[in-house]
Amino acid sequence: MQTAVAFSKVSRHFGQVRAVDGVDLEIGEGEFFAMLGPSGSGKTTCLRLIAGFEQPTFGHIEIFGETAEGVPPYRRNVNTVFQDYALFPHLSVADNVAYGPMIRGVPRAARMKAAEEALELVQLPGYGARQPGQLSGGQRQRVALARALVNKPKVLLLDEPLGALDLKLREQMQEELKTLQRSLGITFVFVTHDQGEALSMADRVAVFNHGRIMQVGAPEEIYRAPRSRFVADFVGSSNILPPEAVERFAGRKAWASLRPESIRLAATGGRAATVLGHSYLGAATRLTVDMDGQRLTVLLPAGADVPANGTRIEIEWKASDLHVMEDDT
Amino acid sequence: MRSDRNARAPLGLKIAAAGGLAFLHLPILLIFVYAFTTEEKSYQWPPPGLTAKWLAVTWNRPDVWEALGLSVRVAAISTVVAMVLGTLCAAAVSRTRFFGRETISLLVILPIALPGIITGIALRSAFNIADIPFSFWTIVLGHATFCVVVVYNNAVARFRRTSSSLIEASMDLGADGFQTFRHVVLPNIGTALLAGGMLAFALSFDEVIVTTFTAGQQATLPIWMLEELVRPRQRPVTNVVAMVVVLVTFLPILAAYYLTRDGDRVAGAGK
Repeated sequence: MQTAVAFSKVSRHFGQVRAVDGVDLEIGEGEFFAMLGPSGSGKTTCLRLIAGFEQPTFGHIEIFGETAEGVPPYRRNVNTVFQDYALFPHLSVADNVAYGPMIRGVPRAARMKAAEEALELVQLPGYGARQPGQLSGGQRQRVALARALVNKPKVLLLDEPLGALDLKLREQMQEELKTLQRSLGITFVFVTHDQGEALSMADRVAVFNHGRIMQVGAPEEIYRAPRSRFVADFVGSSNILPPEAVERFAGRKAWASLRPESIRLAATGGRAATVLGHSYLGAATRLTVDMDGQRLTVLLPAGADVPANGTRIEIEWKASDLHVMEDDT
Repeated sequence: MRSDRNARAPLGLKIAAAGGLAFLHLPILLIFVYAFTTEEKSYQWPPPGLTAKWLAVTWNRPDVWEALGLSVRVAAISTVVAMVLGTLCAAAVSRTRFFGRETISLLVILPIALPGIITGIALRSAFNIADIPFSFWTIVLGHATFCVVVVYNNAVARFRRTSSSLIEASMDLGADGFQTFRHVVLPNIGTALLAGGMLAFALSFDEVIVTTFTAGQQATLPIWMLEELVRPRQRPVTNVVAMVVVLVTFLPILAAYYLTRDGDRVAGAGK
């Protein structure tokens, strides 16, 4: 697999603020790569470094083997879907999509044909004559996608593209983006603060915090084996057990993560705990229990008997589900 | 529910409002009426008779044409200068952050707040010191000082309403700075620029004070009118010219008003 984007020791400082702080990163060709992190964690700045809107303060960036520093955005074979879509309000949908080809000097008939094809790709055939102001949020997002894809970029950057959509539309777009990415084979780099979105869509996820990458890996790897407390907590809330407790269970004095769905109610032979509260989530019920002064969240699948608050229960988990973490951050 | 919007105004207030408007606009009508009077030495009310001959007299006066020509040329060139400088300045102030940005913004607006007589005296002494003879260009320079401000103000307001990601989107799609300006920036600020330009033209066209200090022996139309008022003969000619000035300045301002009124739709539709 060829490397599409490579960061080596890249930093971007804004005055005293280290928005990106010594990031090493390799994104493979054709990969669907998610940058996940809370706001201000540096993920969007990394995206803008790839797009060329920012230049690294230190470090080196390569896009398909070519040095990216000093190359302006308009000379990069990279296109962006902006968070606010940034459709040109004075142009029709077709002219918006055909903007890239128009700048490259493609004759009008040819670029209008390309625009219509791109609109078909994003399920908006025949929308070319409309104005951006007449479209719904979801439609604008598709136009923004078509406008980027019509240029056949080597890398497509998506900056929180689903953030402004409602839940139903978001789930639909997640599926579509995934399908689109598989069929086009273009490298997608996707910025999001929604861990569910990152896990469900991406081939690999990089978790950002304070301008650094905390962990990179396949979604399953990140979820099952978070390397640090931050990752365990940010990617699907987890029970984080302090070293003292972990020493009793695993014999090692280190922080550990125990996913709520790994904990089961035991008939006998489990560990004693008291139910503090529960909330019904539809597909599951979330219990809060107290085990020797340690608060734990337990996820019970639908249909299981839910013990009442204050009940003494016994809980258990497989030893392999208790993930002892390497970092203590 | 009580609504102030539907409450009827008391009669006294209506009369006061009508009186206020009459006070503002009747004298202007008077100017129009005197353009058609038969009495040429003094302004006599009521006019002893009405005639349209002053239109023809005015048409045949070369000094009127000279002054009008000078005014139009000065206003046109000042407007062009103001549009270029004002747009560049507005782009710099609203698109980037740099040391002294607020100060520059204030300094650009200052000339319109400054009394014209001060601008005039300042320019005149500056021209004297620099040994620059009065010419067409000294008038243009004087007018440009306040024309820049109106263009700048219009452009800055529009720039602030235009999402900065539009420019990034254009660059991202392969357009360099010049192409981005032509295809994205200009269409989005176009109406604001046109409005600013029209206001600038109107301001320059009827400017007297700064012009007095920077024109030397040349007479723009307002200066010509001022001189004409002290002459005893053919007074209605001045009124005919006044009518033309009202039309020439009023129409652009009206157009500017309508252009910027719908501006929100043009610039804000992207969000």
